[in-house]
Amino acid sequence: MSDQNNGKPAEQAQASALMQGKSGASAPDGKAAARKNKKAVSYNRWGYYFLIPFIVVYLIFSFIPLCTTIYNSFFINYLARMKQVGPTFDGLGRYVKLLQDGDIFVYLKNTMIMWIMGFVPQILLSLLLGAWFSDPQLRLKFQNFFKTVIYLPNLIMAAAFGMLFFALFADSGPINSILVSLGIFKEPFKFLANVWSARWLIAFMNFLMWFGNTTILLMAGMLGIDPSLFEAAQVDGATSSQIFRMITLPLLRPILLYVVITSLIGGLQMFDVPQILTNGSGAPMNSTKTLVMFLNEYLKNKNYGMAGAVSVLMFIVTAILSIIIFRINSRTNK
Amino acid sequence: MANQDASLAKPARQKGLPIKARRAIAYVVLTIVVVMCLFWFYVLVINTTRNTGELAAGFTPFPSTHFIDNWKSLLADSLPMVKGMFNSLLVATLTAVLSTYFSTMTAYAIHAYDFKLKKFIFTFILMIMMIPSQVTALGFFRLVLKMNLEDSYIPLIVPSIAAPVTFYYMKQYMESNLPLSLVEAARIDGSGEFRTFNSIVLPLMKPAIAVQMIFTFVGSWNNYFIPALIIHDTKKMTLPILLARLRSADWLKFDMGKVYAMILFSIAPVVVVYLLLSRFIVGGVAAGSVKG
Repeated sequence: MSDQNNGKPAEQAQASALMQGKSGASAPDGKAAARKNKKAVSYNRWGYYFLIPFIVVYLIFSFIPLCTTIYNSFFINYLARMKQVGPTFDGLGRYVKLLQDGDIFVYLKNTMIMWIMGFVPQILLSLLLGAWFSDPQLRLKFQNFFKTVIYLPNLIMAAAFGMLFFALFADSGPINSILVSLGIFKEPFKFLANVWSARWLIAFMNFLMWFGNTTILLMAGMLGIDPSLFEAAQVDGATSSQIFRMITLPLLRPILLYVVITSLIGGLQMFDVPQILTNGSGAPMNSTKTLVMFLNEYLKNKNYGMAGAVSVLMFIVTAILSIIIFRINSRTNK
Repeated sequence: MANQDASLAKPARQKGLPIKARRAIAYVVLTIVVVMCLFWFYVLVINTTRNTGELAAGFTPFPSTHFIDNWKSLLADSLPMVKGMFNSLLVATLTAVLSTYFSTMTAYAIHAYDFKLKKFIFTFILMIMMIPSQVTALGFFRLVLKMNLEDSYIPLIVPSIAAPVTFYYMKQYMESNLPLSLVEAARIDGSGEFRTFNSIVLPLMKPAIAVQMIFTFVGSWNNYFIPALIIHDTKKMTLPILLARLRSADWLKFDMGKVYAMILFSIAPVVVVYLLLSRFIVGGVAAGSVKG
């Protein structure tokens, strides 16, 4: 969930565009007028000029790497005891090996378990807070303060956050000290030595970092719903929970779907928090090792063939999920 | 039974909890949520003021007097945290500036001009928006090795020029906030296209640029995966890499007060900037998205 950071405002823009049925792809007004203008043709050349930086940088730093990643996945190519093996063409051999070893399924399962454990409370709390913030009847005070606070964890460096939780939840750390002195535990609990407590810790940190973002996203969606619908329901005597279930939720469906899928894409990238918290080991017993930690290991060991195969599989999954989002967007845009 | 009768007797309009009770519940839950968000940082700040002995003795909710000591041992540590902050500042600032400038330019190209490949390029950018940098990390890493750019900041900064997400935000903002008639007027006044972009379009885009600069800055400041692959020289490391180094050190020998100081040091700049601009960030983002 690390690289999503700079995506939020656009996500929200996209989310509200979903709600309002606006088209992201619509041509600007004045298009027709510009076409009639002969002079405009020479101006329009500038469209290409202005695109040059983006295209050049994209080709060099994203497109070529994508191609070489795929290319590398067809070769045996690694370092073993300081000796270079390969590159030898292996066809789909790396994929076969990856799937036969089966480790990737373990790490995919870990990633998904921790994602779900963080995402379910996240979406529930976000729906609740979003509904409260956008409820005109409730008129909550200090809204700016609350929004500021819940958004704060999202901006915290995940590496620092992982480090902080590692220190706080250490066997002799402050959390254990508090829990023991309150009499909840008789002796310090080894949070990072138990499979489920370690997973819960990571899921909780992801939850903490992302629920503020999701709340603001959903709130923007809820504010986009025609208020007369709520008024009509109130006149008919609906309670606020009925209004939420019968009006807000159904109308929010495109945004909800959008939130689920973007969060899933982010969840598949889960790396910084478990990496720092467990020092890359995925302890205990690899139960918190995620897909990207697995990929990172291959990259660090310079096993390019296997790293390529893991990357390509992840790319395919993300691409499928992205296409779903793209479809949702263009469907609601029509 | 009595309860049921009472609720039946009420008019339909008052079904469910009364507004005051709902409001009270909302405030209670929000307070718990606020505590849940801030508690960790509170402990962090408190523990930064305590020395190893006090920390080992257990947690107390009150600050001690060793903040300066911890700060001094942070400065004396073999991990160059201050240099790391300078490095992070350099990389994040340049990334934010380049990314927003060129994303605005890209958005302007799609927004203001009409050319053959326009629709194709726009659709293409939307399609690649979701591809995470992790899946191309292998190719990226090999490219960096081949270009001899290991331990250089170029691979951390320059790729942000092609930022589809920032582009999309700019494009959305332009649709509602950049009338093309202004551009036409500038043309009639004889302004060149590049000059129009720099002196008319950019100033109009200021609010969107500010929001995106903040988010790009924070994203780069917090970025760990790619920089950790590329930067190996301790003097060139950014803060997240240094923290990872700290984590992999031998914990038994550690001065915990210093560790808390290092964590606080790494997150403080972003927190301070956020608290100063929070209204603007949260509000601006929401406003931009509603207009979107």
